Amino acid sequence: MGYRLGVDVGGTFTDLLLFNDDDGSFWRHKTPSTPHDSSEGILNGVEAITAQAGVSASQIEFFLHGTTVATNAVLEGKGAKVGLIVTEGYRDIMQIARSFVPGGLAAWIVWPKPQPLAALEDTLEVPGRIGADGAEVRPLDEEAVRTALRKLKSQDIEALTVSLINAYVDGSHEVRIGEIAAEELPGIPVSLSHEVLPEMQEYERTLSTVANAAVRPVVSKYISNLRDRLEDEGLKGRLSLLRSDGGLMSSQKAEEHPVNILMSGPAGGVTGALWVGKNAGIKNILTLDVGGTSTDVALIEGLEPRRQRTTEVGHLSVRASALDVKTVGAGGGSIAHVPELTKALRVGPESAGAVPGPVAYNKGGELPTVTDANVVLGYLPEDLLGGSFKLDREGAKKAVQTIADALGIGLMEAARGIIDIVNENMFGALRMISVQQGYDPREFAVMGFGGAGPLHVNAVAKLMDSWPAVSPVSPGVLCALGDATTRMRTETARSFSKLARETSVSDLTALLDEMKQQTRSELISDGVPEADITSEFEVDIRYAGQAFEVPLTIDNDILNKDGIEGILARFDEEHRRLFTFNMDTPHEIVNLRAVALGQAPALPAAELEKGDGDPSAAKISDHKLWMDGAERDAVIYDRARLRQGDIIPGPAIITEMDSTTLVENGCVAEVDKVGNILINLEKEG
Amino acid sequence: MPAQIIETNPTPFKELTIDPVTLDIIENALRNARIEMDATLVRTAMSPGIREQGDAFPLIADVAGKMIVGQFGSFIDGFLKQFDGTIEDGDMIFLSDPYSCDGAVSHSNDWLVMLPVFKDGRLIAYTAMFGHQSDIGGSVPGSMPIGASSIFEEGVRIPPVKIWKKGEYNDDLMKLVMHQTRKPDWCQADLNALIASCRVASKRIVEMAERFGDDVYVSATQELLARNHRAMKALLGQAVSEEKVSFEDYLCDDGKGFGPYKIKCTMWREGEKVILDFDGTDPQSAASINFLLNENMFKMFFGIYMIMVFDPQILFNDGFYDLIEVRIPEGSLLKPQFPAALSGRTHALGRIFDILGGLLGQGTPEFLNAAGFSSSPHLFYSGWDNREGKLTDGKPDWFQLFQIGFGGIPGRPLGDGPDGHSLWPGFTNVPNEFLERYFPLRIERYSTEPDSGGAGLHRGGNGIRMTYRFLADGEIAIHDDRWFVPPWGVNGGHPGKRARKVLERADGTTQIVGNKVEDVPVKEGDLLHFITWGGGGWGDPLERDPELIGLEIRQGLVTPQGARDYGVVVDDQGVVDEGATAALRDTMKSERGELALFDYGPGIEALREACEEETGLPAPIQPVWHQHMAEAAE
Repeated sequence: MGYRLGVDVGGTFTDLLLFNDDDGSFWRHKTPSTPHDSSEGILNGVEAITAQAGVSASQIEFFLHGTTVATNAVLEGKGAKVGLIVTEGYRDIMQIARSFVPGGLAAWIVWPKPQPLAALEDTLEVPGRIGADGAEVRPLDEEAVRTALRKLKSQDIEALTVSLINAYVDGSHEVRIGEIAAEELPGIPVSLSHEVLPEMQEYERTLSTVANAAVRPVVSKYISNLRDRLEDEGLKGRLSLLRSDGGLMSSQKAEEHPVNILMSGPAGGVTGALWVGKNAGIKNILTLDVGGTSTDVALIEGLEPRRQRTTEVGHLSVRASALDVKTVGAGGGSIAHVPELTKALRVGPESAGAVPGPVAYNKGGELPTVTDANVVLGYLPEDLLGGSFKLDREGAKKAVQTIADALGIGLMEAARGIIDIVNENMFGALRMISVQQGYDPREFAVMGFGGAGPLHVNAVAKLMDSWPAVSPVSPGVLCALGDATTRMRTETARSFSKLARETSVSDLTALLDEMKQQTRSELISDGVPEADITSEFEVDIRYAGQAFEVPLTIDNDILNKDGIEGILARFDEEHRRLFTFNMDTPHEIVNLRAVALGQAPALPAAELEKGDGDPSAAKISDHKLWMDGAERDAVIYDRARLRQGDIIPGPAIITEMDSTTLVENGCVAEVDKVGNILINLEKEG
Repeated sequence: MPAQIIETNPTPFKELTIDPVTLDIIENALRNARIEMDATLVRTAMSPGIREQGDAFPLIADVAGKMIVGQFGSFIDGFLKQFDGTIEDGDMIFLSDPYSCDGAVSHSNDWLVMLPVFKDGRLIAYTAMFGHQSDIGGSVPGSMPIGASSIFEEGVRIPPVKIWKKGEYNDDLMKLVMHQTRKPDWCQADLNALIASCRVASKRIVEMAERFGDDVYVSATQELLARNHRAMKALLGQAVSEEKVSFEDYLCDDGKGFGPYKIKCTMWREGEKVILDFDGTDPQSAASINFLLNENMFKMFFGIYMIMVFDPQILFNDGFYDLIEVRIPEGSLLKPQFPAALSGRTHALGRIFDILGGLLGQGTPEFLNAAGFSSSPHLFYSGWDNREGKLTDGKPDWFQLFQIGFGGIPGRPLGDGPDGHSLWPGFTNVPNEFLERYFPLRIERYSTEPDSGGAGLHRGGNGIRMTYRFLADGEIAIHDDRWFVPPWGVNGGHPGKRARKVLERADGTTQIVGNKVEDVPVKEGDLLHFITWGGGGWGDPLERDPELIGLEIRQGLVTPQGARDYGVVVDDQGVVDEGATAALRDTMKSERGELALFDYGPGIEALREACEEETGLPAPIQPVWHQHMAEAAE
């Protein structure tokens, strides 16, 4: 009956995954992305995948979509021309930003001067002032507002943002400017900072609001164009977009608050990993999404991914919830080099990208990359994608030899050195989100996906001592799978900023109830049946005076039962876990958040045919590869022909359409009942 | 007597050859551990100086105390030489007295924690971190009395002591220390944060040694030092001439009406060794602008500047120290004799970087940056918050604010200097909404100061104008510099504009205040305009695109009057008069002489003459030293 289609548009490929809600069967498809108009690639994919599955587009009930359109608008400066109205005296708020220059001592010498997201010439001041207590210090000068708006109109702004000092306490001046703007600038969308982000810190609030305004027209155009074209194809199902925090939002909401989809892309992989984890019975997962130029990592504990309150896009840090995904410049295209002066081996962050690409791809690349090292070592067999594409191993060898010569070591040692270093970079990123947050990686599995994740996941699991290393079903289209299997979500946050001892349970519950109603009605207006909605609450606590808050989940029952002291005790425990000490300082309740969630679709994975443990039916060929200091015999298998329960001793290579899984020497892989490959250390004796 | 290191396991580490891959892996892991130190500190510290502004510096050193990662170089070697005591497993050293550690920390506000890392009975590393405490007692809130004449006025002085002794916490000691400060809650939190940071790094080091083996870890640290030594040796050979080059710059005044004070450095190479000699620097001041400069720290500054200017790929550590010799005359401004006051040392600390830039760039003007360091401008504001609704049990709360300001980044080979940004690593401004919420303040203006960046092909960054409205009576103190001697421009770029401070009283009167003042009473409703310096310009301003000037006029960064410095005739809407601009530029070109490498402005005597008129402040008086001090500095 019902089908859902997950679509993830990446830089090179558009991935699609069509899911049959009834029996869990699915179809996947990869088609080249069409950057000039992504909907073209999407439609190509829709046509292909519906034909493959023998269903018509009209049977697709849900179209679920992860997109980098908002991200790219910010990174490439292709957002709308935003006019910004600020409080008198604060015109340079975006120009000065936080005065922060990244890097160490003297890094200012090499740091490029950034251009603000709202141009300074399109930023204007208006008199009028609200104090920190919310009282009006000086009335808004409405004539000045009109003059400023008219000036911005003459400068052809496409969107307007209003961000006034202390608007997080009282937004009345912003509201009034919004009303005047409706008269002076009809048709120009207006964002008010106290609505987009009712939180303290003027720069962060302004930046988030401007970012929202800048990407809004781009996202809106993208969505309406996509919706029209899908409808032309007969696809009339509900269109939802993946939020940076891993939930879904209706396309209408996404048009209004695109700041929530800035990190839609990387979130797809994490939600995909969640679905895989559920089916494989693995609850604690470190995700390792290895692409061409970078690797994204995230932590899932008890099937809940860690979230953070900020979304990092390029050098900008926008206040919107996102999955806590860290990115390192280490991917298949990362270039290895040996600097003249230090003779150190460096890998990345420079990348050969898709063009010219690794040497082995024969597209003009001349510098040795991680992919080339994988080819030299025999980890990536020369015939990829079912023979349609042959890798140039000789070219790769020549390139890696330059590294070997510079270091004065052998070719294979140099190649493995490149792999070790890039694995180490991934390891560093994983430590950042696990050990450094107080998690013990030995209690987690590592899941590798994206084009090259399954190639590195085994080695990284060894470094982390995190087992099993998982190569999930369809590792190349896991993002699309994530888009297809996650649930609706919305949230709201409020600054609270009161000492715990000066507040009461009833204060908190009154506010939380109000926030609960607000978030629930948002989901209802998006068509989620009221009975399907669950609500969750979080409260941020810190020792008064600290800059760092610990978020804790609460609900009315817990509050009534344990009281505020109960929450504070949990905070102390968490603080001790993170930082090894507690303090006598009073606690401050900083923020409150309410989340409303739709129901997660019960989507089972299709079971694989049972085998007898012997994978030889899937064997493609014998193979030689270089590992642990020697050339070793290995076997290449076809993933599509593997059966449930097959046991594969390392070293081995398992290939499929868009990905290659490497099982290291001394490890053994097992195929689980739905087709995930779980790799563990070989048992001794 | 040097420190006695007590190890229960006498086995020496084996020296192993480390393959390049393992070496890079260990280096990376150490860098990550250092980043983790910063993160831990910022999240748990409490004073705005550390938590919002990042005024703290981590270090991981090898078994001999040489810095492997960090940014200020290691003082540990020198410390061990003069520490009369034992270093044992479970010890943690705590200190703040600059005179007890050769200036590893340069004023008593910087509290330093050092943790020797033991594994299986052997010392394998040190971790250390210091951070600026907002108040450590002494004669003024904030503990940095600019008018001090000895260090005894500057708060509690902590010689090297053990805060932990073989695992046992010295509670009495800490009670005694915390009793000296006006803000024990902040000090305790910040100290906890420093300790937690050192502990986290020490944990990472032990994990690393477990993973690779102790011998591998220790040998790798030695090879990292050696690698840096080789790289720096090659770089020094290329970039530093055997011919002597000198550079001098000034501190404007000492807060007691005297100035300017000269700092001079001469650089040359003898074989593979580079000499940096501060001969010619003025003798120490009777006031507090002295800066006890640690030689190793200066080597590190020098190394980092070399690397940033010439080859940012190199990672720096202490490996190159024996390639550099630093000579600082005893009794000079940079090596004052105990108990000289050090509260105002931030100005000389900043100026050292401008001097380094000027020294290094002389031979290779394409790498030369303009000047932009004043110091860290500070504002202190303290008092009793007697506003209605803010009383606790009917009584006003004590408040004290210590805030660091920022100026303009200099024009650079890369391009314009950013406006109102930090020259110090990791520093950020404090959100004004935070200030307004937690202090009796309203920030009426927070903007860049138009035209303050020096004109040039690459414009110097503008300084900041921050206007504070005080909402409670109290007192303020200010530390700033570059109000008298401007930050110089290079390669034809003009100097940046100088810093200014203006008090606009609620009663309508206006008063220019000095840049190093304290105990200035302020009343509710008074306004303070705190204006910082602009960065110097880089390259010929007559070559800058006139349309860019037009845009910057529409952006409010440059005024039509300021555009004249670029030879651009433009109206207040940013519309450039092309004909008039071409004519003006021709005239300016023909009237000016050859472009000098450095543009220092009109020179000290001319600055003195025009001082009152231009700055509203009396010119500083040339300091005279007692004969014995002048001799000591020779």
